[in-house]
Amino acid sequence: MTNNDTDQRTTSTGAGSFVEHRITVRDLNIFYGKFRAIADVDMDIEPQSVTALIGPSGCGKSTFLRSLNRMHEVIDGATVEGSVQINGVDLYGPRVDPVLVRRKIGMVFQRPNPFPTMSIAENVLAGKRLNQRRLKKNEADEVVEAALRDSNLWEEVKDRLDAPGGGLSGGQQQRLCIARAIAVEPEVLLMDEPCSALDPISTLAVEQLMLELKEKYTIVIVTHNMQQAARVSERTAFFNIEGTGKPGRLIEMDDTAVIFSNPIQQATQDYVTGRFG
Amino acid sequence: MSTDITDDINRDTGDDFASGQVNRVGDRVFSGMSRGAGLVILVTLAGVALFLIWRALPALTADPSEIGPGGSEGNGSGFLPYVGTLVFGTVWASVIALSIAVPFGIAIALFISHYAPRRLSRTLGYVIDLLAAIPSVVYGLWGIFVLAPAMAKHVYPWFNDHLGFIPFFSGKVLASGRSMATVGLVLAVMILPIITAISREVFLQTPRLNEEAALALGATRWEMIRIAVLPYGRSGVISGAMLGLGRALGETMAVALILAPANVYSFKLFTSQNPNTIAANIALQFPESTGLEVNTLIATGLVLFAITLFVNVMSRRVSRGRVA
Amino acid sequence: MSVSVAHLTSDEMVAHHFDSPPLARRATAAIAGASMVIAVVLSALMGGVAPARVLAIGAVVYALSIYVVSRRVEGRRRGFDRLVTTLVTGAFLLVTIPLVSVIWTTIDRGSARFDSAFFTETMRGVVGAGGGAKHAIIGTLIITGLAALMSVPIGILVAIYLVEYGRRNRLSSMITTMVDVMTGIPSIVAGLFAYSLFAVFQGPGARSGLAGAVALTVLMTPVVVRATEEMLRLVPNDLREAAFALGVPKWKTIVKVVLPTAIGGILTGITLAIARVIGETAPLLIACGLAQDTNLNPLSGRMTTLPVMSYYGYVAPGFPPEAGYDRGWAAALVLIIIVLALFTVARVIAKVLQPKGLR
Repeated sequence: MTNNDTDQRTTSTGAGSFVEHRITVRDLNIFYGKFRAIADVDMDIEPQSVTALIGPSGCGKSTFLRSLNRMHEVIDGATVEGSVQINGVDLYGPRVDPVLVRRKIGMVFQRPNPFPTMSIAENVLAGKRLNQRRLKKNEADEVVEAALRDSNLWEEVKDRLDAPGGGLSGGQQQRLCIARAIAVEPEVLLMDEPCSALDPISTLAVEQLMLELKEKYTIVIVTHNMQQAARVSERTAFFNIEGTGKPGRLIEMDDTAVIFSNPIQQATQDYVTGRFG
Repeated sequence: MSTDITDDINRDTGDDFASGQVNRVGDRVFSGMSRGAGLVILVTLAGVALFLIWRALPALTADPSEIGPGGSEGNGSGFLPYVGTLVFGTVWASVIALSIAVPFGIAIALFISHYAPRRLSRTLGYVIDLLAAIPSVVYGLWGIFVLAPAMAKHVYPWFNDHLGFIPFFSGKVLASGRSMATVGLVLAVMILPIITAISREVFLQTPRLNEEAALALGATRWEMIRIAVLPYGRSGVISGAMLGLGRALGETMAVALILAPANVYSFKLFTSQNPNTIAANIALQFPESTGLEVNTLIATGLVLFAITLFVNVMSRRVSRGRVA
Repeated sequence: MSVSVAHLTSDEMVAHHFDSPPLARRATAAIAGASMVIAVVLSALMGGVAPARVLAIGAVVYALSIYVVSRRVEGRRRGFDRLVTTLVTGAFLLVTIPLVSVIWTTIDRGSARFDSAFFTETMRGVVGAGGGAKHAIIGTLIITGLAALMSVPIGILVAIYLVEYGRRNRLSSMITTMVDVMTGIPSIVAGLFAYSLFAVFQGPGARSGLAGAVALTVLMTPVVVRATEEMLRLVPNDLREAAFALGVPKWKTIVKVVLPTAIGGILTGITLAIARVIGETAPLLIACGLAQDTNLNPLSGRMTTLPVMSYYGYVAPGFPPEAGYDRGWAAALVLIIIVLALFTVARVIAKVLQPKGLR
């Protein structure tokens, strides 16, 4: 990724100035109470690209992902040591409000979770509305259409924007959740196994969407599906765990092609070739 | 190139970074309110206990001769003898009610969960819930106008004649039927819905697998119930019975309306010599009471509170021991 | 859980399935008919063929004979199964008698005074016939309304604290225990508490609608907490996370996402809680006393509700007593209709506000 690629994005989101949202993780340790779930992670995540986090179950990659927008704090007793910086600003700095962090760094979850009390349009607008923004009718319509178009859902739902979001198919619901996440205009999009609850065709649609979204957003995705990681990501990070009760560690991170063809670490080699995990 | 996410956020919200603090204030206010509401619960309960104790103290510390019937002339019996028959009556009436209601409650719960056709059983469950909400004063009126005369005419004499050698059924049958037996029956009818509702719920939760395993082994329906449903639902039935007991102990209006009370210890079911219950005694005496009499009644209320508290704690203990 | 069937030998199992013919429907009908005939004869011998007696004796005879016959024809285990089925069904039918009787009696006796005067007149100056329950209906609405006004916000906030904020901390487990204790407070004790509380401000002998409302609040709040808590726990955590991930503050997530999702169940619970306390008599007897006329001021003076009026309709019926009894029953009938209406409302709410796509 070079800076030239990102010029296009700045104009399209209209952020006003040129901002590269590079994520820098240093010495990150994550605890649940006394239990250390993640140990000593250093990572650089490139802007306007897809970074995949892979690894066996329980290796802490989801925990790590959630620490990138302080979502892990929702769980009792979760604490963090170390730093996660976006362009030099520590997300865990004393004056930083996690609520505002999450508006900048959106998240899409494993199971599609549209708000059941809201229509499709209201779901898309949820972030903006709940954040106290008064929207004029035509503004709201624009936001809805733009977000749904960006998430490749517009054509499918444009005639039933007032229908409940829960009535859509699983794949559509997940794209609705993506639309909801990008409607708040985040800079980074975190995806926690976004396709694991979807059928193959819906999965394909979401993967296609990721390739389009990375033009605008920095995307980090956790996936169990190595083919998926290979298809959508530029960079891949492999996490592993030595055994139960031990913390997860970042074993290796490199260009996706390298990780899948010629990794340095034996564990990575074993994992990507399916020898364990 | 801006390198500050805070600046970035500021530009978006059109506010300085303190705008984040506004949300935090909302959070603080809201969580403070909900915590405050929780504290209100604690304060209220402490208030209930303290106020009752405070208002009961004069009766507990007064000269015994001033307490109880005739207390105003200095001929009272003292608090303990006074509350003694009331505690006895309270427990006795509840025991009668419970011993009738539990077997029927289990039977009806089984009927609804395992015998009735599915569609009927849903309606029946709803009807049972509704019956639990019928005001106790209605049960009281029904007891005095319908049940008491009917039982005194047709049923009690028969038991008295044929089974009078059993102490419970002995003595002279009160013609109005306003006796302990009628109170017990009405209380049983009143607590039946609770016992049934809770039992039905646990019976319905019996793992399908256990039931099918039993049936697959060739068990009849009763055998399936005995080896799969009842053992699974036992603790539920017990906690339902305890809840019913708690309600029977505190039930006021039905007893106040029906019972012809006397200050006695008596196990006889049909006679005019019936110990009153704490709750009914308060309801009957309170409107006409003043001064120390009020304190005495509040003291008996405190005793009732202690008894129901004990029963409820035991009930929780049982239901906690339930298979998780 | 282990299912022990050791006592069912395989011989027995096979035996009744293949060797013995099951009892035909016609056979059971015949036994039932025969039992009733025997019952008629028996009750005639005992002096009088009263329908209730015939039915009672007939039921016993049927239960015994179906057991004996089935045992001979179908085997011991089948026979016992039939006996239990008969007993369970019989218990159910027996219990429907008092319950139907309660409702029927209320309708029957309550309809005598279920007229327009009952809803438009009060008991002021009425000794014998006439009068109405206008004051009691208004009193019921005021007192129950005040109780709901106090207990619903507190109850919902407590439940929010328990589910959303105080997960497993000491205060929340303490509150849970106290809510349990509160659930078990006998209603008359709540009345004594309200009386004692208000006696501090207004002196002994004080009676007021507000005191009654406080007593009902003590009874109603734990019910609201329980119902709300249960509903909040049913809201999938995914929804909370989805809102947090959009940068929505926690309190707004609760107010705008969690509560709307659970609102149907919460309203149902509140409605049922109101239905429960609207029939409370004992605490109001203590805290509000009896009034013969409309009192719109809950802060002072006695105030009467329907159940209290119903009670006094029997205890102090006036002369001739029948008029008082009829008023008491009519008040009871109105009360039951209100409770029924609240139950229906609760059902409708539950159905209408059930969010789509939630399980």
